[in-house]
Amino acid sequence: MQSSDPKNNQGDSRRDFLKKSSLITAIALTPSVALKAAESQADERFAELFEKIPLNLTVNNKAYQTSVEPRVTLLDYLREELHLTGTKKGCDHGQCGACTVHVDGERVNSCLSLAVMNEGKKVTTIEGLANGDELHPMQAAFIKHDGFQCGYCTPGQIMSAVACVNEGHTTSRSEISEYMSGNICRCGAYPNIVDAIIEVSKGETKA
Amino acid sequence: MINFQYLRTTTSKSALALLSKDKAAKFLAGGTNLIDLMKRGVTTPEKLIDINHVPLKQIELKGDTIIIGALASNTAVAEHALIKEKLPLLANALNAGASAQLRNVATVGGNMMQRTRCGYFYDTEMPCNKRQPGSGCGAIGGFNRMHAIFGTSEKCIAVHPSDMCVALIALDATVVLANQKGERKILFKDFHRLAGDTPQLDNNLKTDEMIIRLEIPINNLAKNSHYLKVRDRASYAFALVSVAAALEISDHKITDVRLAMGGVAHKPWRLTASENFLKGKEASTANFELAAKLAMTDAKGFGENDFKLQMAPNSIIEALTLAKSKA
Repeated sequence: MQSSDPKNNQGDSRRDFLKKSSLITAIALTPSVALKAAESQADERFAELFEKIPLNLTVNNKAYQTSVEPRVTLLDYLREELHLTGTKKGCDHGQCGACTVHVDGERVNSCLSLAVMNEGKKVTTIEGLANGDELHPMQAAFIKHDGFQCGYCTPGQIMSAVACVNEGHTTSRSEISEYMSGNICRCGAYPNIVDAIIEVSKGETKA
Repeated sequence: MINFQYLRTTTSKSALALLSKDKAAKFLAGGTNLIDLMKRGVTTPEKLIDINHVPLKQIELKGDTIIIGALASNTAVAEHALIKEKLPLLANALNAGASAQLRNVATVGGNMMQRTRCGYFYDTEMPCNKRQPGSGCGAIGGFNRMHAIFGTSEKCIAVHPSDMCVALIALDATVVLANQKGERKILFKDFHRLAGDTPQLDNNLKTDEMIIRLEIPINNLAKNSHYLKVRDRASYAFALVSVAAALEISDHKITDVRLAMGGVAHKPWRLTASENFLKGKEASTANFELAAKLAMTDAKGFGENDFKLQMAPNSIIEALTLAKSKA
């Protein structure tokens, strides 16, 4: 698999390079006031800005004790720190729903939540839905009803769909559409997504 | 996102103490607007005080008043049996806003504190008197399809995008604020500001204060109320125009009426003159049309948003008609 190895000449992957270069980026993105404070040797505040905050999080029933910069979103934490890349970054501004995960059982946009805001909480991502090789009924229903084309929005659609059923907002096609409106599908698989949700809400799909 | 200090607190007392030490700090609640603005470099606070663990999430009836804590989520309020029964206008407005994911984390206080804004406010390459006072308004003479038609200033024509706040101003809510010395109350209608000469200020919250709770008097408007939201797509879009309409009808006469609009001004826009006209009159289409005409007295378009001058009165009539039809 040498030819497809994404490593460069220094033996660093692109991801490693991005990590190493992040400190330079961090300094570039520091408020000028703080840089001035640092220059005038009042560097306590400067240090505080880069201080990592302890974070206890349970993700897909696994407990993590780490520390993280305050500005890291839950989405970036899941993807970059825990390498749970099933949760997708779409717009990164809460407009598309690709980043939808469950926090303490409720669906949220992980791109608009700081990781540190979720201290002590339980997060479920798309990776945590299946029971081993046994798909979650919503995953099975998406396959059965062809609820996707390119698949990029699908993890967010499925997490949102599971929450939609749990919330009980499935009494009609129009109610499902309304309560799924925070998840955009550029391929336009909406009718099939609604079909999948209706089936699961009626308990017709067996995993 | 630019770095910042992060502090977390569990009481309003300690939150206010932390704020008093650094008035440039900002409270962080749901974060759905603040974090978005920080990502775009529109807002660059050096310190955030996370108040999500402060116990201000109550939703309860005390005497004739419904109390809603500042940190109750939009979903918690919209789905609460008490709100659905007594204040359906508020529940409907909340459910018309944002998406299920956003409503789960967005708080009542945060909804009030979301910025009055437009595309020029978000684009740091463009002039915007709200983001950078004195730099000019890109929207006046620019792309202004979404913009205000009431109470505009030469400095800013952005609109406050909340649906919840339109219902709250119609429901005569009171806002309870606190600083370290104690609490004060202001009427909801006095919380948000028009742009005037200070478009950088969206509201009258002082730099040492936090929002504690809302107090909403029980009314007889639950039966005949309607929140109408007109937008570019069926769901999950800001209002072009929205109307909160509520009627109390006795012997075909209007004994109480509330009318407010969203998507038309720098703040939630109460239609007081139209309400005064309708009180005591018959709940008829002819009177609804006259009330709508009265509402438009001082309306002004800016080119691309001229369609709102027709859409607004049409929506007022439609909302009143739908509210009445729920009898």
